[in-house]
Amino acid sequence: MSDSTANNIIKTFDIPGGVHPPENKAQSMQLPLGEVSIPSELIYPLNQHIGTPAIAIVEVGQKVLAGQKIADAVGALSVPVHASTSGTISAIEDRILPHTSGMKGPCIVLKTDGHHQFIDYQPCADYRQLSSAELIEKIRQAGIIGLGGAGFPTAIKLDPRNTCIDTLILNGTECEPYITADDRLMQDYADDIVAGAELLAYILGEPANIIIGIEDNKPDAIKAMQQAAKNTRIEIASFPTKYPSGGEKQLIQILTNKEVPSGKLPAMLGIVMQNVATAMAAYRAVRFGEALTWRITTLVGEALDVQRNLKVLLGTSVEHLLNELGFQSNQASRLIMGGPMMGVALPDIKVPVIKTTACIIAPSHEEMPDQPDAQACIRCGLCAEACPVSLLPQQLYWYAKSEEYERLQNHNLFDCIECGACSYVCPSTIPLVQYYRAAKGNILQQQQEKIRSDHARQRFEFRQARIERAEAEKEVKRAVRKEAAEKAKALAAKRKAEAAQNPENNNRNNDAPALDPVALAMARVKAKEQDPAVQKSKLERALTSAQGRVEKLQTRLDNAETDQLEKFESQVKQAQLRVQDAQKQLDAFNNTKSNTLNSDPTTLEKSDAESATTTISNSKVLKPASPETLDAATAAIERAKAKTEAMALMSQEEKLHEQLQSLEKRIAKAQLNLQNAQAENSEHIAVFKAGLEKMQAKLATTQAELTSLQKENQ
Amino acid sequence: MVDMLELILNNPIIAALIGLGGLALVFGAILGFAAVKFKVEGDPIVEQLDALLPQTQCGQCGHPGCRPYAEGIANGEAINKCPPGGQATINAIANLLDVEAPSLDEDHGQEAELKTVAYIREDECIGCTKCIQACPVDAILGAAKLMHTVIADECTGCDLCVEPCPVDCIDMLAVEPTVSDWHWKKPEPSAALLSTQLIATDRSALNESVSADTYIGSGQNNSNSDRKDDDEGRAA
Repeated sequence: MSDSTANNIIKTFDIPGGVHPPENKAQSMQLPLGEVSIPSELIYPLNQHIGTPAIAIVEVGQKVLAGQKIADAVGALSVPVHASTSGTISAIEDRILPHTSGMKGPCIVLKTDGHHQFIDYQPCADYRQLSSAELIEKIRQAGIIGLGGAGFPTAIKLDPRNTCIDTLILNGTECEPYITADDRLMQDYADDIVAGAELLAYILGEPANIIIGIEDNKPDAIKAMQQAAKNTRIEIASFPTKYPSGGEKQLIQILTNKEVPSGKLPAMLGIVMQNVATAMAAYRAVRFGEALTWRITTLVGEALDVQRNLKVLLGTSVEHLLNELGFQSNQASRLIMGGPMMGVALPDIKVPVIKTTACIIAPSHEEMPDQPDAQACIRCGLCAEACPVSLLPQQLYWYAKSEEYERLQNHNLFDCIECGACSYVCPSTIPLVQYYRAAKGNILQQQQEKIRSDHARQRFEFRQARIERAEAEKEVKRAVRKEAAEKAKALAAKRKAEAAQNPENNNRNNDAPALDPVALAMARVKAKEQDPAVQKSKLERALTSAQGRVEKLQTRLDNAETDQLEKFESQVKQAQLRVQDAQKQLDAFNNTKSNTLNSDPTTLEKSDAESATTTISNSKVLKPASPETLDAATAAIERAKAKTEAMALMSQEEKLHEQLQSLEKRIAKAQLNLQNAQAENSEHIAVFKAGLEKMQAKLATTQAELTSLQKENQ
Repeated sequence: MVDMLELILNNPIIAALIGLGGLALVFGAILGFAAVKFKVEGDPIVEQLDALLPQTQCGQCGHPGCRPYAEGIANGEAINKCPPGGQATINAIANLLDVEAPSLDEDHGQEAELKTVAYIREDECIGCTKCIQACPVDAILGAAKLMHTVIADECTGCDLCVEPCPVDCIDMLAVEPTVSDWHWKKPEPSAALLSTQLIATDRSALNESVSADTYIGSGQNNSNSDRKDDDEGRAA
């Protein structure tokens, strides 16, 4: 809106609302940046950033050096944690976190050795040799997050996919009262910040505008930054002090007059904003390879003997810092982490300083009296005037009070930046922001529950569908089985009836195509079983397998230990019994079939087999059946098989041969008879002749048949 | 054609009747078409109610699952039978149906303070699969004669698995809140705020009688009720 500094060439704009609380920044700027002694113990919470907590990669008892990674990032929205001094890991356990809830969370505890020994950092003289992606990875690996307070991983903000960035803004506003950490930083590390701005600009593809925004209540910082940025294209913008101009969306509005749409990111407008401390940390991470191991924290408040900014090793307990500066605990009304507007009460004095801890306030009772009880809202409307986002705080208050979450969302509750301007101006001292925070928390929780319940419903419905499907399948199977059973029943009844009517046709009926295939198959199997050759071979197979088993068991018995001897012996006996059984069956079969089969091979085989069995049964002396006897048996089997096959094959050809032979014999006889008849000159000559001719004709046809058959066979 | 025009002009009443009848036919056709074309399948209110219920499928309402209860509510059943959903669900349903939100019917169980999940003491599990069959959301893993375990992320805390377990090895454990799911609580109204209500319309039904008594003597009763009407108008 107005140019407040003479050499400020950037036009700035105003934001709606805002308040002017007492700045209280002078107390901590009296002294230069101080250093703290290394405490005996440092605590590193694994989740100092927004996103997935890091995962510890060190073990208890492990020695680590300053700058060494002790916890690694998990997933994209996460950054590693580094040790800030050398020492030994003494515990990985739950400690009270620097969080309003006062809850415990996983922390790595480092017992320091006081040497403050660093690991070898990998410097990079010219980062312009590297690609943006490599630089972003370096920044991520250095554990850098937004140091302004939000703690959003910087690497993600520096990688705006598919959006062209035309403005890079470094936020040096520091609008909260009391806090002077960035002021101190800008005065002491101006060159590093400018170098950081150039680095970030390089990573973002050299945006057209690089602006460092500083409120006009920090003239020394403005001067230092202007000095450092003299020969660069970086512009320093200063603008009137007003709380909360340091909010990301507010500063964008002040510097560019563009409003970031509700629920959108600044990258949509081609703008990326980083805190000045973040820029410096990014530069040091790239240029010197330094991990984020320290930060500047303001310690302020009348309960302290000395109020100043300190260069604090991350993980140092608040208690250690307070003790260094002479903390009068009896004078302090409370301890606040962060600024007086947005900060939260410290749950415990032993919590560590983390990457986002910019300020610890230890006010006296006079300085910050306890919040008086809330009075009724008098509809004065001051809150609406103070709101920097142009919301209706009073309406939000009513809805939050009556938990009308839908209306809260319709009134854009989620655009509230929780700056506390409304609470600050409220004459009834209503803790408005706490209502909004609670409502936001409840809405988010309900959304989470909604997601969970939708998921549960999906699983439930899927389960129901699965059970129904299984049930239906079972039903179908049952129906099929029932149908088959009924069919079979009907068929059996029909067959019975037919059998009763005409028993002769029964067999032919079996072959009828209308019969079901199962019955046919059964008939086939039965026929096969009745086939003597098949049956015999089956029995023989049983015999040989039983013999094989006996053999195997015998060898095992041979090798067996004494204690298992009995067991094996009994097994052998069982197997032998089985052999005998099989043998008996085979014998019986052979006896019944011996009429049809050539008795010679059968008896031979029988005797062979018998001898084999006897040798086996006598082989309790741990000797397998001799191979010769087995061979003889198999030979006999082969012969028998050949014979049966021959019988089966003794078909047409041989029959014809026999016929032929018999015919020839008969012809010869007939000729003899004819000659005799001619000699006697009998009256039967004609008859004999006719018979002979008939026979010769038959012989000719048989021979023709035989030759044709032979031809076929060949 | 000319005859017809003449006829219409000569008989304006008949012409009007024909015109109106024609319009009625046209609109009737359009409505009939729309009724077929844009027919809504199922009962949309049941879907909306089902979406508000917590989907624990616990059956504490007396229905075999959340959807049957949603159908029950759509058919006029009481909306306060869901202990897992608690007052928040009752309020949401009341909001949807535009009725007064009753408090939870304690006959069906009490609203749990903390979300619970089932936990199987695994060394005591005999692998009977009874809990697996009972779980409405397939959150229990295991097989016959093998140890079972609960997938805590999928468990809705309905405790339907506890009853069938023959060896009582299933516990319902409260899920301890962590920093990530912590959120601010609504400020407790201060004693001062409750006792002295500066603005008449802020007085709730609870302290209405007290403040009404206070104001009867001072003759401000009328203005009080007037403002109350105003407030109701605003809220509506």
